Amino acid sequence: MLRFLQNYPHFLEVVFDLFERVLQPFRRWLKPGSFWEPAVIWVEEVGKGAVFDCRMCGQCILHSTGMTCSMTCPKNLRNGPCGGVRTNGHCEVYPEKPCIWVQAYERSKDMPRYGYELMDIQPPVNRRLEGTASWINMLQGIDRELPEGWVNVEDVAVVTPQVAEEVKSTWTVN
Amino acid sequence: MDSELRTGGRLERVLHSGRFAVTAELNPPDSADAEDVYRAAIVLSTVCDGINAVDASGAHCHMSSVAICALLTRAGYEPIYQVACRDRNRIAIQGDLLGAAAMGVHNVLCITGDDVSAGDQPEAKRVFDFDSIQLLRTARMMRDDGFLLSGRKLTTRPRFLLGAAANPFVPPFEWRPLRLAKKIAAGADFIQTQYCFDVPRLQEYLNQVEDLGLLDKVYILVGVGPLRSERAAEYMRTKVPGVVIPDEVVERLHKTPKIQQREEGKRICIEIIQQVRELKGVDGVHVMAYRQEELVAQIIEEAGLFPRPRSGMKKDRG
Repeated sequence: MLRFLQNYPHFLEVVFDLFERVLQPFRRWLKPGSFWEPAVIWVEEVGKGAVFDCRMCGQCILHSTGMTCSMTCPKNLRNGPCGGVRTNGHCEVYPEKPCIWVQAYERSKDMPRYGYELMDIQPPVNRRLEGTASWINMLQGIDRELPEGWVNVEDVAVVTPQVAEEVKSTWTVN
Repeated sequence: MDSELRTGGRLERVLHSGRFAVTAELNPPDSADAEDVYRAAIVLSTVCDGINAVDASGAHCHMSSVAICALLTRAGYEPIYQVACRDRNRIAIQGDLLGAAAMGVHNVLCITGDDVSAGDQPEAKRVFDFDSIQLLRTARMMRDDGFLLSGRKLTTRPRFLLGAAANPFVPPFEWRPLRLAKKIAAGADFIQTQYCFDVPRLQEYLNQVEDLGLLDKVYILVGVGPLRSERAAEYMRTKVPGVVIPDEVVERLHKTPKIQQREEGKRICIEIIQQVRELKGVDGVHVMAYRQEELVAQIIEEAGLFPRPRSGMKKDRG
């Protein structure tokens, strides 16, 4: 198993950056329904499965969630932990497992490039993309196609990243 | 907070006028009789500014929250409609929000919901189509922009005071205030917290929230409730997801003779109310007690929070 790689989130975000660039030239071949699609799906299933326990939602946000797969949360939460986390930081549903959001938070602190994306509001999951290749969806912008109502609304960040960082450094949390 | 009222509902008026608000939880009956709802509501209505209609809390099946809201608004009460993401997908939720607004519901509490495994029917399918933040943002979109998620326009927008839950008592502690920020960005006007038995932890959380400059952007109602006995405390801290009870509290009940434990539990609850009332940033309390509406009324009275303002209008004062 390659799960230990998740403990090197900074390494993984660098890999993600490189990988996105490497894939770009192949855009014209990597399309849904293309000859290559099954192969990409297979590679994702095996590769991301081994490292992240990937659930093939087809709209990967790993780099925004501390390189921790949010779909492995039993409640499929995309925006952070529920209120049921146990005092030892374990999951409400599976007491023997650590809460993936506790892990996501810890890991995102070691991610200078994408760590703060943990504060982004993630849109509802597009259930039609389940089982498709998220890399193809990323290259073709399919995973950024959102319900019309959702995109029409403007978001105002109530806390800027700078303020959050400044303030957090003064907190002593045990 | 905007100076204009979002709904003009009683809870909003009380909060807006800066007075200490009280909300309470109505335990949904396992029955098809409206009288069961009214029997509980009549006790609560005189002692609080809003009645929470819970959505299968603890994943146990009871009368649905939207139906309870229908009964409550029909009788002129002020319900807080709890919507959990566990049981319904986005189509059902948006439809119910419109229906609730049509029935005169002013307040909506958007929550993720306890997992089905905590409930009486753990074989059920989990839905979790939305999470609480996506639900909040969708409800805000319907209210402020008049759209459904699909982009279809609403002919009449719902008017809601939107609420969210917060649990400052469980990890990741450092992230809890930031998560509150996210909920406020998604549209939360008020917050009801999980049961508070650890006031120092709450204080620390509120300090962090203040550091982030969020205290005046949201109304915070702290969840409180009585412990019936030492056994009930043990049950809650082990079986109810997200409830943290410090050892001191359980120890205090343990030292009390069994017959007086109920009274002691009530006293602890009143003490906590009086302590959180003094904290900066606390705008009210949310009292929860499983099937003990009379006890809730007693607690609110003895904590000095009775009588409630008649309509929440400023001119009612004095």
